[in-house]
Amino acid sequence: MFKRLDFSSPWIKLAPAILVISLLFGASILFGLTQSFGLMTGTEQEIISFDAYRNVFSGQGPAGREFWSSLGFSLWVATTSTLLSAMGALTIAIWLSNRKGKSQQTDTLALNWNLAFPHLVWAIALLLFFSQSGLLARFAATLGFIQTPADFPILVKDRSGIGIILDYVTKEIPFLTLIVLAVLRSQAENLDIIAENLGASRWQRLWYITIPQVLPALMAGSLIVFGFVFSAYEVPAILGVRYPRMLPVLALDFFLNPDLNSRAEGMVISFVITLIVMIVAIISLRGEKEGNQ
Amino acid sequence: MKNQAAVFFRIFLYGILIAPLVLFVLYAFSERWFFPALLPTSWTTNIVTRMLNDSRTTSGLFISIGIAMLVSFLSLVIGFPAARTLGSRVFRGRQIAWLIFFLPTVVPPLAVGMGLNILFLRLGWTGTLFGVILAHLVPTLPYTIFTLSGVFSRYDENYEHQALVLGSSRLRIFFTVTLRLVFPGLVVAALFAFLISWSQYLLTLLIGGGKILTLPMLLFSAVSGGNPTSIAALSLLFVTPPVIIIAASARFLVQHGKTIREQY
Repeated sequence: MFKRLDFSSPWIKLAPAILVISLLFGASILFGLTQSFGLMTGTEQEIISFDAYRNVFSGQGPAGREFWSSLGFSLWVATTSTLLSAMGALTIAIWLSNRKGKSQQTDTLALNWNLAFPHLVWAIALLLFFSQSGLLARFAATLGFIQTPADFPILVKDRSGIGIILDYVTKEIPFLTLIVLAVLRSQAENLDIIAENLGASRWQRLWYITIPQVLPALMAGSLIVFGFVFSAYEVPAILGVRYPRMLPVLALDFFLNPDLNSRAEGMVISFVITLIVMIVAIISLRGEKEGNQ
Repeated sequence: MKNQAAVFFRIFLYGILIAPLVLFVLYAFSERWFFPALLPTSWTTNIVTRMLNDSRTTSGLFISIGIAMLVSFLSLVIGFPAARTLGSRVFRGRQIAWLIFFLPTVVPPLAVGMGLNILFLRLGWTGTLFGVILAHLVPTLPYTIFTLSGVFSRYDENYEHQALVLGSSRLRIFFTVTLRLVFPGLVVAALFAFLISWSQYLLTLLIGGGKILTLPMLLFSAVSGGNPTSIAALSLLFVTPPVIIIAASARFLVQHGKTIREQY
């Protein structure tokens, strides 16, 4: 009788979702690849060519000239943002976990709150706050540190990516803090107390007990952050400069270029981004599995 | 001493939480605000009123809401059976199904959008609401499935068996037992699918081709226009639904925040 509930093969129920995803997603990858070989870009070309790959990786054209510096800039922004977020999150989480009581719920709530601000809006808020005539500069002027807007350091739309990094760090610290807090609240206490009884100092406990405990989760989370920062478009588009540009901005610019030949180059750049993000995701998944064992 | 640090930290934290809203309100309602004044020297509601009466903004608002609601609804309807299967049943090939849904969460929307652009161009779907909605499903559907499958992995099927034994029809069981039990999770999944679609810029740009002007599109063009007052006014409008949604689902977030954030 219970069999009646179990009415069919699992695949029938999975079919609609799998169909939609594999058609849309699969086709997008397939058509993207075809385009990167110069086919179907709207030009007359009818045979597969590797011109776009050559142009991007070693060409003398606009794509080749900017690709490597963009890759370097992207790696710099993504790595710095990830490291700073991870360190910030670790510090805050350890600090918060030392405090017990009803504040726990409030803290978790507060850490979730920035979900209310999509990246697009967060970047705009930073732009209004940190620009040379922004609110922070006004505070500095009121306190007498600066006289004119030009005295204020360029923190957003700067060439070294400080504004972009600042955006991601402030947005990702809460995300990673929640991950670390979840681990700390689930298990850390007993070992910590044992170590304290055995005479371990505060720093020894931190270094030998707490950090090794949260490291797998923190690593997996950090890699998600890296992948996101490396492939996101909105924030560098709003807080970045004309040169150097992060890879996603470069890719879209080439893709939307009226010159149809550069569409393929934009596609190649976006595949480089995808490839790097996929590698990072695989490492992250492996780490998570090991952490669970 | 330690207590003082805690209080200071808390004030700082809550300060950051409301700072963007305060900032947007200050700029949106300012008439004259020259450097280095800390607050606007004169206030006006003109900019906000003008924006709310501007047909581009109002149609942007309705298009955004319409797209996000449809995307959210479709994600739920298509995702529900898949999520239930993935969350509560063990079967051969489960890993493969999981992988199919996982891949779109890893591959950046940029690559997906560029590929779909050429496909939809051929099918004549670019610049249409239909095309944009389909494109938005790529990030929202996997997200909905993962959230709901989490709900179903804690779901007790015996309630349904009991109703069946007592003679209920399958349709009635679905509406009175299943839906009611998973309702909170369902609402949150719907709200977040709404949010993902609501804040989508790249896919709308690449598929809408400048014809489907959602709020993020207007916001981007305001940013390149560079007028802080209109940027802030539009931001305020754009951020209102997310703020309400997050405030409303706060209780659920405390428990399930982690799975949600990974996708959003």
